[in-house]
Amino acid sequence: MIPAPLGLLAELTHRCPLGCPYCSNPLELEGRVHEVDAATWARVFREAAALGVLQIHLSGGEPASRRDLEEIVLAAREAALYTNLITSAIGLGAERLARLQAAGLDHVQLSLQDVEAASADRIAGYSGAHERKMAFARSVTELGLALTINAVIHRANIDSVAALVDLAVSLGAGRVEIAHAQYYGWALHNRRALMPTREQVDRAVQDVEDLRARYAQRIVIDMVIPDYYARRPKPCMGGWGRRSLNVTPSGRVLPCHAAPTNPGLEFWSIHDHSLAEIWRESPAFEAFRGTEWMREPCRSCAMREADFGGCRCQAMALTGDAAATDPACELSPMHALLGELAEADSTANLADYAYRGRSLRDRREEEK
Amino acid sequence: MSDPGSATPSVPERPKLAPGVRLHFDATRDAWMLLAPERVIEMEGPASEILQRCDGSRTIEQIIDELAVVYTADRAEIADDVTDMLAELVAKRMLVGA
Repeated sequence: MIPAPLGLLAELTHRCPLGCPYCSNPLELEGRVHEVDAATWARVFREAAALGVLQIHLSGGEPASRRDLEEIVLAAREAALYTNLITSAIGLGAERLARLQAAGLDHVQLSLQDVEAASADRIAGYSGAHERKMAFARSVTELGLALTINAVIHRANIDSVAALVDLAVSLGAGRVEIAHAQYYGWALHNRRALMPTREQVDRAVQDVEDLRARYAQRIVIDMVIPDYYARRPKPCMGGWGRRSLNVTPSGRVLPCHAAPTNPGLEFWSIHDHSLAEIWRESPAFEAFRGTEWMREPCRSCAMREADFGGCRCQAMALTGDAAATDPACELSPMHALLGELAEADSTANLADYAYRGRSLRDRREEEK
Repeated sequence: MSDPGSATPSVPERPKLAPGVRLHFDATRDAWMLLAPERVIEMEGPASEILQRCDGSRTIEQIIDELAVVYTADRAEIADDVTDMLAELVAKRMLVGA
């Protein structure tokens, strides 16, 4: 029996004004002309709700880049879905936010790059972004909307974890995500410029423990673990094809962001199949569902139903074999190598980022 | 080391769900769910009956009175159950005062 999914990440567009070098979008971004229209999203949301999805995460790229975002939020709420907007705040003023609230938006997740504007704007590759985010956060709480601050953590801001949580509290957020960079997509591409040292990671993890005690009942602090230095792998996506699905701007349905980096997986589209058919029958979702696909040491491991062997895409990226044990696990023969790789990257004297999507944008500018 | 997170928080006089938190009846799973940022909690037993009354206008005493009638149960026992459950949600920042 295949369990019903709880969440759906709707990537409304890959367009984004920011250029964050750790973006989880693929290196090959999907173009505007292929974006799913609002009426089709409405149909997908109804199918998702019927399938058992409870929460919809409107993401991108920057979802506010879509002029029909209001219509899309309304459709999600008409399908009785909990509607979460994941935004950079660029292109989203107070008036438009009020319209989204009126359409039924439940929650806003705002990304911050750092505490100080100069550093934050350098990371985002966008001058003035941080100041606009501060103003936007105030608008969110003034409207009485629930706010989460998300900060992706890497070498340039890892020593500011405590200050980022302090900032989230002062902005009135009810929740903050300290999300250590996960090395897929642009983050994998920029790993040598992003990887912190083991000492920095240890300190940041301890910081979060201390902050949880200090801010108990004032803010919920969720942490995404830095798995290159971990001993056991993360239970990626709560298990492949078990809890959630991603729909890309063009309508391809993925078990996770990075799934297309596994060659040979066949993804189905919402233009050809219902969401229920895709969830239950599509080859990509079937590929690593459950534990049947596992080999040793995963197959007989007591943790196999707890961490599902870690992440298939990380196994693919680092070992060339998607069915291998995630090297983040100390039972992987590659585990020691992963630590060495991280340490070598962390001391690489490299500060320049390949900004997300910039080469694509430059191409488009040239075409004009 | 003392951990303030483990102390039982007090329940507000007129409790209501925090912004971004709402109750939802899930027809697929035939259960009430509490939906919150990146959280889904299945409501078991009387939990949904309790939370439906946390509307910011009823006091905690009124809520307990009503549930004692609904469940024809001992009021003191109901009071303990309600207070424990709501305190847990306060600790998770899912319940606030009106």
